[in-house]
This record gives sequence, structure tokens and C-alpha cells, in this order.
Amino acid sequence: MYKYTEFDTAFVAERNRQFRAQVERRIDGSLTEDEFKPLRLMNGLYLQLHAYMLRVAVPYGSLDPAKMRQLAYLAERWDKGYGHFTTRTNIQFNWPRLRDVPDMLDALAEVGMHAIQTSGNTIRNITSDHFAGAAADEIEDPRPVAELLRQWSTDHPEFQFLPRKFKIAVIASESDRAVMKSHDIGIRIVERNGTRGYEIWIGGGMGRTPMVAKRLKAFLPRADLLPYLEAILATYNRLGRRDNKYKARVKITVHETGLDEIRELVEAEFPNRRAAFTGIDQAWLDRIDAAFVTPALTSRDPAPYTAARDADPVFRAWTDTNVTPHKHPDHGIVTISLKAHGATPGDASADQMRMVADLAETYGNGDIRVTHAQNLVLPHVALADIPAVHAALRDAGLATGNIGLASDIIACPGMDYCALATARSIPVAQGISNRLEELKIEHDVGHLQIKISGCINACGHHHVGHIGILGLDRAGVENYQITLGGDPSESTAIGTRTGPGFAYDEIVSAVERLILAYLDLREGPDETFLQAYTRLGMAPFKSALYDGQGRAHAAE
Amino acid sequence: MPREFTPKVITANALLEGDVVYLTDDDRWSRDLAEADILTDEADAQYRLLQAQSRSAEVVGAYLADVRSGADGPEPAHFREEFRRTGPSNRFHGKQADGLQQA
Repeated sequence: MYKYTEFDTAFVAERNRQFRAQVERRIDGSLTEDEFKPLRLMNGLYLQLHAYMLRVAVPYGSLDPAKMRQLAYLAERWDKGYGHFTTRTNIQFNWPRLRDVPDMLDALAEVGMHAIQTSGNTIRNITSDHFAGAAADEIEDPRPVAELLRQWSTDHPEFQFLPRKFKIAVIASESDRAVMKSHDIGIRIVERNGTRGYEIWIGGGMGRTPMVAKRLKAFLPRADLLPYLEAILATYNRLGRRDNKYKARVKITVHETGLDEIRELVEAEFPNRRAAFTGIDQAWLDRIDAAFVTPALTSRDPAPYTAARDADPVFRAWTDTNVTPHKHPDHGIVTISLKAHGATPGDASADQMRMVADLAETYGNGDIRVTHAQNLVLPHVALADIPAVHAALRDAGLATGNIGLASDIIACPGMDYCALATARSIPVAQGISNRLEELKIEHDVGHLQIKISGCINACGHHHVGHIGILGLDRAGVENYQITLGGDPSESTAIGTRTGPGFAYDEIVSAVERLILAYLDLREGPDETFLQAYTRLGMAPFKSALYDGQGRAHAAE
Repeated sequence: MPREFTPKVITANALLEGDVVYLTDDDRWSRDLAEADILTDEADAQYRLLQAQSRSAEVVGAYLADVRSGADGPEPAHFREEFRRTGPSNRFHGKQADGLQQA
């Protein structure tokens, strides 16, 4: 894992010193809120519905035990004993007081963390594959490139005032576990004729105008990455719509300008940018690369794992959903669900964070990941140790075996916390997962991704949910629209709206009807919800949702 | 014909704690919606809002929120304001837990 250099440490310390002085000047009246707001947003501090919220960056979702323990410390010392992991693999603290935030940032700096560029019209936290370094199907660990981009984009003077926020993801396999094509720029590390390079995707995004990214370049040589990205960003910086916030994302720029035209502009700008790069970035990437060594995993007899699976059906069921094959055959990738039935998706208590840190230290080679689906991952665990990991997780309330199942729901904070929300999303997730638990059907249902957003900005990724739910305010009442057929994987697709929305007290039953209809309609247990929808289309699901309700849906 | 002015209160978030506050008839900031001054005259409401917005050392983002008159004073007209005066529904935090006197 990358460790801060003296430069990084000094940079973050200086930013924290500046922000501490800015907070003091806000409190003593020297700064107005209009003056202070952009400064606090640059440092990840929002003012939400009930309190301030501090969004801390978790670059490419990677944590180590020391970082995780410090997050637990922040949660207890300055918040209400928990944190909320987000769909950008960041963590949010919901209750900090303004005076305490400089101390929180200093505490983060002690472990090489910060909240810089977690807001504002800048390049945001770079996300990646949460199985990076462990996945059997990856070409290489994509995180060194993500770290290079983090360093390049942090405080980049040209890209501090973009038309709108800008999100980049990096992956290195055919499988897309990072929703890469929903990013402003998606980067896939590829190999051609024995040479590694990058496939560059542009203009993906969710929000009120969801778009799947388009391929801008099929193969970009390694040394050209930063200058090519600068050429893209510079083109966007010039063309992006600053007159209309809703048309300011690069997806709209690409849509309105046309992909070919954008490509020509980028290619025309590229030589100017390339000339400024002397190769020091590549030397630097080599140094970063050296910090991301996959732990030296030794061969371990997996017999205890097999024996535990045979003896304990609960353990067996949990491993079926939460353990993924590792590139090393004696190891597994353990996903820790933060989706206990009825719990808030993505929330972890300070005690749970410390437990995960302990497990990572004892069994997991000190490596922890945050997923965009709001779960945690121990990427390198010997199969022989997984029974002990499971027992410890069970004692901490973290052994829910539902990864990839219907109760593994993404939900944004919604109107329970967020100042932008138009409806609640957390209680809808809680209601659905409780209902699934009552019915005991989710293992039979199998792979099904439900994603819930509490407003059109789509932080809850509803557009790419197999079942997507969007909470809106319709004439002063919460109303929930359903979309079907979204797909967050490498075959990325945007869901289609079913029709009129449902009231808060109807939405859980509506989702239940969809799931029960799928069980009736599928050709067999091997046909997933998404496959059944693709085969059958909207009609039978629409019928399950709306027929026989015997009432008018006024809230179209 | 102009739309009839509906009753409003002035609400904001406290600068230091971020907690929701309401303007009282004696120009204090209260944590309790029941103590809020109900404004029924549009010109008066706009004037009081301008005054409230100038108190930037105390609060952030002052605005007018619709209310209805209830037995115990103003009641939120919209569900967003109901959450603001209560706290989140998934956890017993915020006003519902802390009481109304402190953040």
C-alpha cells in the first residue's frame, strides 16, 4: 500500500493548517458563509439536513488496519460512534461540529488520509476494483495507476474549477466491478501484442441524464496516460457548459459535441501536453508500483475450510455468497456485508471497524477495501483461516451472507441526512431487506441488485440497478419510481422506468411483487432476474406491479 | 391574482453545531419549532428573513419554511421540515435524542 512521502505529509499538513485558520476566521466573523463555503467544500465539509458532514477520501477504496482504526477513533471521538461508507468508496461522518473538524483532519493526516477534493468541481476520489491485487482475472493491480492519478489530480492547478465534478475509475480486467462505464472517464488496463496500455472511456454518468460511457481510445500507450487525460480535461474545461449546471458534466459535452469531434479535439491538444511530460511520471509510477506488492502468500492446506463447509450449513451458505476465488488457489477474497437485514446500508460502528482492522491484521495481510456497493473486503485471506474470520464476524454482527443477493442493497443517505434529497432511501432499503428476511426467499432468488437513490442525482446508482428505485417529492409526498433492467457490470445498461411511482408505504410490497413474479417466470434457478427480464421484457413485470391493484396511480 | 401568502417560519442551521434552528418572536434562535414565530404577513416575513440572513455569525442558510398552525404552535407543512425538526428515521439521533435545548 502506498505510504505518504515527506512531500505528501507536508502538503496535507499545510492544507490542514490553512483550513484550521479558515474555520477560525469563519467563527470570529472575518469570513462570511459565502466566502467560507467553497473553502470548506474543498476540504470535504458539507452542511447537511441536521448537521455538518465530513466526507473523507478512501483512495481507490484501500485501507489498512491503522487507517481503519483511526476512522473508528474519529467516529467515537467526534461523531456518534459510526461512519457511513459511500458508493464512491469514501466514508462520511454525519455529526461533526465545525470547531472539531480541523482536529479531525489532523487526526486523519496522522494515518495518511484527507478529505481534499471530496467535493467541488474537481477530479474526485479515484475509484478502482475492490478486488484489485487479488482477482484471478486481472491483468495487473490497477491501484498504482489510480494512485498516480490521485497525485496528479490533487491540487492540479488547471483542474480546480472544472465546469462540474469529475469522476475517474481504473480497472484491469474484463469484469467490471467498479461501474467503470458510469464514470466521466473510465480507464481499463489492457494488453495488446504483449504490451500493456489503456482503453479510455468517456462520458459515462448517472444523475438526471444517465449515460453509458463511450470508448474514446482503444489503446493508449502507458507513457501517454497523463498527457492524454490532460488533453481530455483541457478540452472539457473549454467546452463544458458552465451556463447550466444540469448540462455541465462531460457526458453532456460528449453528447452535444459528438464523440468523433471530441476525439479530434483531444488528439489535437495531446501533442502540446505530451511535450511537457519528460518521463518523470513513468519513473514515479514505478516507485508507486513498488509500494503495491501483492503480499507473498504461502501455500496453506485448505482442508479446514472444506471441513467447515461440510460441517456447518450457515458457514457454507455465507461462503457461497461472500467468498470469491483468489488468484492464489489456497486463498479467498472475503467480502464483509454491511447490509445486515434491517440495518442501514454502508454503516459501520467504531467497534465493527476495529474488528475488521483486527481481522485484516491477523488473517488478511493488513489489507482492507471499501466497495462501491458499500461493503468491506479482506482481499487476501487463507482459506484455512476463513472459518475463524467468519466466527469473529458473526460475533460482531458482520456475518450476513448476502453479497450479490437482493438484500445487498445500495442506498444513498436520502432525506434522513442529505440536504439535496427529495425522499428517504435508507428506510426503503431496510423495509425491503426485512421483508426478504421474513419471506426467506433471497437465496432462492439469487443474484439481484437493488439500488435506491433519494433524488435524481443518483448517488444510490438506481439507473444501473437490476431493480432501481428513485425517491421523489410528488406534491409534498414521497413517491418512488421503479426502473428495471439496469446493469452495473461490464455489460453496463441503464434501467427502464416501469410506469407510475409508488407511495412510501407501497414501495416495499411493489418490490416484493416483482421478485415473486420473477420466481414464477424464470426458466429455472440458473436464470437470474436480469436474464429473465432481458428475455421477457417489461410486460410481465409491469403486470405484476400494476395489475389488480384496483386503484388509480395519480402520481405519474 | 397573486398566490395567497401561507404561514411561514424562519429556519436555518446553527453555525457551530449545524443543528436546525428557528427564529422566535423575540429574535432568538431556538432549537424548538414550537417556539418559532409564525409569520403571516409577506412583507414582514421578507424583512425578518433579510435580518436573519445578516446574522451570519450565528446561522447558515436562513430561509422561510411553510408551516401550519397546530395545538402546540407551528407544525411542518412538508415532510422535509418534519425530518429537520426530528432527526433521521434510521437512527435515534439528532433532535429526537438530544432534546431541544442543545445540539
